[in-house]
Amino acid sequence: MTIATIAPAYTGLEIFWFLIIAVLWSGYFVLEGFDFGVGILLPVVGKTELDRRVMINTIGPVWDGNEVWLLVAGGATFAAFPDWYATLFSGFYLPLFLILAALIFRGVAFEFRAKRVMPQWKLAWDHAIFWGSLLPSILWGVAFANILRGTPIGPNGHYLGSFFNLLNIYSLLGGITTLLLFMLHGSVFLTLKTTGEIRERAQGVAKILAPAATVALLAFLAWTYANAHHAHDTGIVPPFVPILAIAAVAGVGWLLREKLEGWAFVANAVALVGLVATIFLNLYPRVMVSSISPIYNLTIGNAASAPYTLKVMTIVALIFTPLVLVYQGWSYWVFRARVRRPGDPVEAVVDVTTPDSPATEATVAGAVVSGPTDDDGGAP
Amino acid sequence: MTLLLSRWQFGITTVFHFIFVPLTIGLALLLAIMQTAAYRSRGDAAKQAKWEQMTIFWRRLFLINFAIGVVTGIVQEFQFGMNWSEYSRYVGSVFGAPLAVEALLAFFLESTFLGIWMFGKGRVSARVHLASIWLVSIGTMLSAYFILAANAWMQHPVGYKIDGNRAIMTNFWAVMTNSTLISSFLHVFTAALVTAAMLMLGISAWHLRRTQKAGEKPHPVFSASAKLALIVGVVAVVATMFFGDNQARLMEKQQPMKMAAAEAVYNTQDGASFSLLTIGNLSGDPIFQIRIPHALSVLSDNSWDGSVQGINQIQAAETAKYGKGSYVPVLWVTYWTFRIMVGCGILMFLGLAWGMVLLYRRKLDTSKWFLRLAVPALLLPFLANASGWIFTEMGRQPWVVYGLLKTAQGVSPIGTGYVVASLVGFTAIYTILAVIDFGLMARYAKLDPDSVDEHGQEKSTGGDGSADDASADLGSDSEHHDDRTPALIY
Repeated sequence: MTIATIAPAYTGLEIFWFLIIAVLWSGYFVLEGFDFGVGILLPVVGKTELDRRVMINTIGPVWDGNEVWLLVAGGATFAAFPDWYATLFSGFYLPLFLILAALIFRGVAFEFRAKRVMPQWKLAWDHAIFWGSLLPSILWGVAFANILRGTPIGPNGHYLGSFFNLLNIYSLLGGITTLLLFMLHGSVFLTLKTTGEIRERAQGVAKILAPAATVALLAFLAWTYANAHHAHDTGIVPPFVPILAIAAVAGVGWLLREKLEGWAFVANAVALVGLVATIFLNLYPRVMVSSISPIYNLTIGNAASAPYTLKVMTIVALIFTPLVLVYQGWSYWVFRARVRRPGDPVEAVVDVTTPDSPATEATVAGAVVSGPTDDDGGAP
Repeated sequence: MTLLLSRWQFGITTVFHFIFVPLTIGLALLLAIMQTAAYRSRGDAAKQAKWEQMTIFWRRLFLINFAIGVVTGIVQEFQFGMNWSEYSRYVGSVFGAPLAVEALLAFFLESTFLGIWMFGKGRVSARVHLASIWLVSIGTMLSAYFILAANAWMQHPVGYKIDGNRAIMTNFWAVMTNSTLISSFLHVFTAALVTAAMLMLGISAWHLRRTQKAGEKPHPVFSASAKLALIVGVVAVVATMFFGDNQARLMEKQQPMKMAAAEAVYNTQDGASFSLLTIGNLSGDPIFQIRIPHALSVLSDNSWDGSVQGINQIQAAETAKYGKGSYVPVLWVTYWTFRIMVGCGILMFLGLAWGMVLLYRRKLDTSKWFLRLAVPALLLPFLANASGWIFTEMGRQPWVVYGLLKTAQGVSPIGTGYVVASLVGFTAIYTILAVIDFGLMARYAKLDPDSVDEHGQEKSTGGDGSADDASADLGSDSEHHDDRTPALIY
């Protein structure tokens, strides 16, 4: 009844690489998610130029490393599933162009902002950071929703639709969901990494965003789940994954009120991983769904690279991924301190004061380092 | 039309990216050397201060340049899928692997340790801080190696078999040790060092000439930078020429058409002369031409009367092998880009050798014409890099993977309108970035190192007269109560 049962055209290696790519996107959402969030909140939380500088400094040393998760996801898809890579990026041409343009301006903005002292100069780059963070935050959600919903893919993996096939209510809901989750992620990150007024403002924003993100995620995952059975090939859609994701983001608001900000960050990371996991579990064993006919679906079988390539890549990944996780985790540890404005008292940090105040900082570093996606078990 | 526009987009993106990348690779290594010198001269305050000031001065230019290299690199990672989907399907098993490995091994290393290097001073030990710039430098080299592995496979496919309508990797080691790869990596890496050295020399020369005209003593930062640039530059330029020559010999065997097209040699000749320049028609009926007898045979075959294959003979051979069609690239492009590349290389060699003589005679700081000419000469490596890259890619046409897949077969089946939009968009973005980058580079290159504080920020007296930046030193609450974050970069 399904393609998969007629011809089990895939092996453990292909399943492994499907999993790796899911992990890479989870890592990307968890890590770049908060630096996108900080970028979007720049005009909201940052009242003055100095505020915005403090905010940018919280992500300064790490955003570039976070973005590499995207590049690795892209490269891994190319090597492991060339047809997925080819169909996805040629089919979703315009959104990808917009994402690339946004990431270009955003990336140079971080570097160039402080190079001149003129306020207009800084303001222009603040705009670049805002839009450069906002657009991809929406478009990644739109893209993944469309991958799952199905797009007009015909023979040979050729995308037969237009840009407008990508605009539909389900995918826009996906975009709003990732946007709100990333903004929430960024605001919780800011409460962990700043002091004084900026921190208070970030807390305030987070408390507003938490319920909004919960509603969006609930709606998106409910819709996804409702569609899952009729759209799915093999029926592996364990309901606990989306439920866990929704529960995690629903808990963020409560954790914030309890001043358990480190845990709030972890909870939001769990929600993001749960979102990616739900999407990938629904996709499996497909990688892109054709809305024309299931026979045109790209699957981990028909989109995969040669087994030899997958073996080589597996060896390379097993050797180097732990190493990368260790040093990237270590860099978060190095920059675990809060960033504050010059005038603000050092004691501001004591505000964090919660039952587990000293642990909070450690939790932050630990959360980012050993978030559910990168399992190196905490900072070295 | 989609094909033509996609080719333009790829070419513009790659050439634009390649303005910044060689400089990043070269300057990262030079900065690692400078910072090592500073680290090793602890105990000698004056010496240490000089090396530290040098590191800070060049580091700002490095970071401005690095940013654009990174963001244009993101486009590189995705444009194969966007515009060359059929190519991606065909080569993914072989070509995708080095790309993925590049991201995993090189990009993480570069970006993470660049973060440590930019912001970590005072948070990590001086030793770890020094190690981080070396790791950035190693990251840039690894990145070059892996991306050239992918490109070398397009020039000279190895370690694969054809399975149905795909190329399938059969030997990863063969792909990673492709003779074309090793030869082109050495050529590109040494050219990157020449690029960084010429930039350093040009900017230092501008400052030395400025102090000379004002009757001031030369600034030690620029005397030392000019010296370092000359020594590295002269060694690197000789190496670039050597490896380039090596590459040409390989090319004669692996891609004879490209070599013939570089020379516009129409018919196979023994003892072929090297055409220095041609005015008029390249097709053998020139108005004016300068040729060096036997030089081409010597260059490509190492022998006085060696045989050089001609375009007509190769065309006939390739038609027999691959079927009907033209296998000749656009000759005026290959002919002239090759000449511009080699010509710039020779000029740089002469200039750097002249500088070495001045340096040896201790007349570098007082020379007039050398310092004057070194400033515009910093454009030479960029011109050479761009033309070299255009030559190697255009010379492979009509193939995208030599002998396996033609460029026209690789293009994405997407509407022309999309490509028009992205081509216009990317070109506009690159133009804006180029203007901003050159403006910033020029501005920061002209700064007096003494008016810049240790964070590489202008002191309030130096910049636009605003105390805004300097006063706003951001604090941080680390357990060391380190009040001064070197985080002013933003």
